[in-house]
Amino acid sequence: MSGTNINVERVSAQFHLMHRIRAFEECAITALNDGDVPGPLHPSIGQEACAVAIVGSVNRDDILLSTHRGHGHTLVKGASAQAMMCELLGKAGGCCGGKGGSMHIADFDVGMLGANGVVGANLLIAAGAAHALDILGEARIVVNIFGDGAINRGPFLEALNWAQLYNLSVLFVCEDNRFSATTRTADTTAGAGPVARAQALGIPAISADGNDLLALEETAQSLIAQIRGGGGPRLLHAVTYRLTGHTAADPASYRPAAEVAQKWNEDPLARCAELLRGAGVQQRALDDVVTRARLEMEDALAFARAAPYPGIEQAFSDIQDLDWHTDPTLAAGVRA
Amino acid sequence: MSVMTYAQASAAAVRAEMIRDKTVWALGEDLGRGGVFGQYTGLQAEFGTKRIVDTPISEAAIMGAAVGAAMMGTRPIVEMRFSDFALCAIDELVNQAAKARYMFGGQTRVPLVVREPVGMWRASAAQHSQSLEAWYTHIPGLVVVMPATAADNRGLLAAAIRSDDPVVYMEHKDLWTETGEVPDGDHVVALGKAATRREGKDITLISWSRCVQECCAAATTLATEGIDAEVIDLRTLWPWDREHVLTSVARTGRALIVHEAVQVGGFGAELSAVINEELFTVLKHPVRRLGAPRAPIAYSPPLEAAVKIAAPQVAATVRRMFG
Repeated sequence: MSGTNINVERVSAQFHLMHRIRAFEECAITALNDGDVPGPLHPSIGQEACAVAIVGSVNRDDILLSTHRGHGHTLVKGASAQAMMCELLGKAGGCCGGKGGSMHIADFDVGMLGANGVVGANLLIAAGAAHALDILGEARIVVNIFGDGAINRGPFLEALNWAQLYNLSVLFVCEDNRFSATTRTADTTAGAGPVARAQALGIPAISADGNDLLALEETAQSLIAQIRGGGGPRLLHAVTYRLTGHTAADPASYRPAAEVAQKWNEDPLARCAELLRGAGVQQRALDDVVTRARLEMEDALAFARAAPYPGIEQAFSDIQDLDWHTDPTLAAGVRA
Repeated sequence: MSVMTYAQASAAAVRAEMIRDKTVWALGEDLGRGGVFGQYTGLQAEFGTKRIVDTPISEAAIMGAAVGAAMMGTRPIVEMRFSDFALCAIDELVNQAAKARYMFGGQTRVPLVVREPVGMWRASAAQHSQSLEAWYTHIPGLVVVMPATAADNRGLLAAAIRSDDPVVYMEHKDLWTETGEVPDGDHVVALGKAATRREGKDITLISWSRCVQECCAAATTLATEGIDAEVIDLRTLWPWDREHVLTSVARTGRALIVHEAVQVGGFGAELSAVINEELFTVLKHPVRRLGAPRAPIAYSPPLEAAVKIAAPQVAATVRRMFG
């Protein structure tokens, strides 16, 4: 795409946002390698344009449901990087109080109803959230991002059928990073993929280059406008590539190094930088953006490292109102 | 008071709660025609298709959509048709509904009720007859309720709909046509409270759902033999009314737990364990359990009857505890 006619201010902000995601995850990986992130971490390095283009196209009061690879989506929706980093480290002050971690990151105040540890589970919850908005007579919409692996689970069919049947305002986004955990999705998928499957149910669906920020954004905005117009659900298939492993601990040696090297040439951050340079933005200005993003996330990590762990009583809070079996003294005894 | 069936009582509860709270709605298969057992009769005509929603045969979607809708501030009543079919939606119930409040650090609540009709009824065989309540009591985050009377189906269902946490609400199919007196007006039975159905001084029979009737019938027989049995209807399995049960057993010194579910790993084992832990020194006899043999439920009536708990077995078990 030519960079001559772009809105430099807006694209610069998007470039910053993509770098915030990249820096957040790089800092989280550092923390993981240092032993400060106790659980699994699924980076979305290489997929940042999807988060920025798609989540950036909805309003703060719209609803978002994400995947176990959802740091970028959550940041773009407006969650605090500091609270997110605390969550990854299992600290008090985490957006879920340290009780969810990376796979359950959520910030209901910005309409982010959760990452999910079960592939495909959020398709149904998203359909239900949209169903509630319909019952309540609200005009907000729901965006559900899921991975390419999810299209082979039953909930994909059930949720799409449901949303179409009740004409619900949901944008289903298949963020296709080509891998179902550590297996190529193409090796485990029959037929022509998510677009064809959605179209079979009468849902308008389209594929797009998930690393082309502006083209993807234009497509997303068009689909969102159709949904806001009462058109019912839409499906967007954003084709990208997971540049790192399934988890931060996965070296991804199941794919040739040459393939990965070639895919780094399509890194959406580099493509966006190219776009801005083409529009006359100086390299130094771009470097400043990268540095700013990096410093913000290093600060967030330092804050999270210094933050206290939640009190042990938090292990027994927010289970259910009506209860009597949770005995913190028992847990304390076990710990002693 | 009005005399109505267990099914009618549940419809009265749903209707009253839907009038009381505009965010209450129900979703499931065949609700428009009144539900498989008539427990939704007349409701779609009164409230329309947007609040009594006929769904595809998509159990995972029914439950999963309800989770999302509950998180957005509505109160869905999820109809699973048969509790056996809820197994198609177990991720949505166990991993999603039961966990959301906790794993999101209290940012959300999931105020849904999932109605799961249980039990043996009209030779429904292995996939339409099970009682799997023990599974749900094992899951932190879930409330588990099993009404045994029409009045309780009115009052407990109302309470379940008002609960801010997910409730697994298991009605027994063999009780749909049972009639009873149901209080008029806003009848709500508190969750977590047991009821004494018959007072007695010699032994405490603890049961729930259909088997409460069997215990009461057994107690009537035993009374003619000089054994005075108390019958407790647990009503809510989680959290169960520990004080009510322990007070009774401390007084009688004997406890028999009776349920239709398979005895192995059944909820009776939990009750037995707690009674032993708390009352070992006052027990006059080891706590006993009476549940189904660990066999799938057969179609043929004599084979089904071979695994169905009935009053004569309850009475026989009690007699052995006095032998």
